[in-house]
Amino acid sequence: MRHLIEIADIPIHEMDELIEKSLDIIANPDRYSDKCHGKRIATLFFEPSTRTRLSFEAAMQDLGGNVIGFAEGSNSSAAKGESIADTVRTVECFADIIAMRHPKEGSAYVASQNVDIPVINAGDGGHNHPTQTLADLLTIHRELGRLDNLKIGCCGDLKFGRTVHSLITAMSRYDGVEFVLISPEELQIPEYLRSEVLERNGSTYTETTSLKHAIPDLDVLYMTRVQRERFFNEADYIRLKDSYILTPEKLSAAKETMRVLHPLPRVNEISTAVDRDPRAAYFRQVKNGKFIRMALILKLLGVK
Amino acid sequence: MIIGSIVNGIVIDHIPAGRGMELYTNLELKNLECEVALIKNASSIKLGKKDIVKIGERIPLDYDILGYIDPRITINIIEDGKLIKKMHPSLPQTITGVIKCRNPRCITSTEQELPHVFKLTDRENGVYRCIYCETKAKQSKEQG
Repeated sequence: MRHLIEIADIPIHEMDELIEKSLDIIANPDRYSDKCHGKRIATLFFEPSTRTRLSFEAAMQDLGGNVIGFAEGSNSSAAKGESIADTVRTVECFADIIAMRHPKEGSAYVASQNVDIPVINAGDGGHNHPTQTLADLLTIHRELGRLDNLKIGCCGDLKFGRTVHSLITAMSRYDGVEFVLISPEELQIPEYLRSEVLERNGSTYTETTSLKHAIPDLDVLYMTRVQRERFFNEADYIRLKDSYILTPEKLSAAKETMRVLHPLPRVNEISTAVDRDPRAAYFRQVKNGKFIRMALILKLLGVK
Repeated sequence: MIIGSIVNGIVIDHIPAGRGMELYTNLELKNLECEVALIKNASSIKLGKKDIVKIGERIPLDYDILGYIDPRITINIIEDGKLIKKMHPSLPQTITGVIKCRNPRCITSTEQELPHVFKLTDRENGVYRCIYCETKAKQSKEQG
């Protein structure tokens, strides 16, 4: 792996290495606090982000490295019409690694084709966001102690939710993983994910419209937002929206060991009353994002 | 309708009906000085209907374009009025500058100089996807 553009770029053994490295960073932070001394990450964020940009910057700082970059495209020459290729070639003169978020799909791939330093895709429109998936996997591993033999429920907007698509792509490579896809019929997973990921990897999956019925068997519940604008009509949205809101009442039917993940930001799909439940892992998931980004930066920079 | 046979050249046969013009355009046959015939909706035992292109000269062909249109296309090479070679193209792994990505959110929609490249992701069903945004290529019939 030279760049990280999509989650499939990481072979399973490298995924395991990243998780191992993250666990070591968590256990021995001091050992890593100067590993990237003299190195610089450029965070090129052409659209706003709270978690991802701060997470990359904190990750590099915790490794003893430096950060340059911009937090919105209007602060860069992109506003003057500069191409991505020219922007990253310029940045390459000042930085050792790039983390880039851009609204257009495929932008990070274009960046990676034009520089010799590693490029990390920090989100390219609604397409890929692989470091979110890394954070998800580290969280599942830390909370449940394994990535295989799990029953993973994905709930909400499975049609347009890029984080769910990447999670399914990554987890379908592990043995014994079974997916329960919980969504309104209008928002089921796209056909390519069925044919080119789940069926190709021989994964077991079931589809249901009921979170309530699915929840008792799950090891992981990955929640996403059901957005009003995804529905063809208001009546369907009103009829369905509450079915996909996680409340303490629905959670009471889940296993004690089950964990709730969410890529955040949430709107109302997880009641705030759930936050106090030990099964709610979504803020720990944010923290894990920083650790695995540290491991990723080390890996891509070739720092041991 | 009678179109004469050719002495030296190429006959591209078994083109799916309706896709002959696409092939003609993508192979840039309009730039040729020699005789070129495009026959639409010829009757075919195998396909029911088919398109045929006859080129009165042996020119280098882009087999990737032919394979993308349909790997069942037959390419007949004619020399001195005789068929000397018959072949079928295969589905190309990638195809550049033939299919245009229609996804308005794709980076190719704003970065005009990027080549439009599609890769084969499902050989069985002949599915091509944009290398940037992974949008599935529409068959020309669907593009209307």
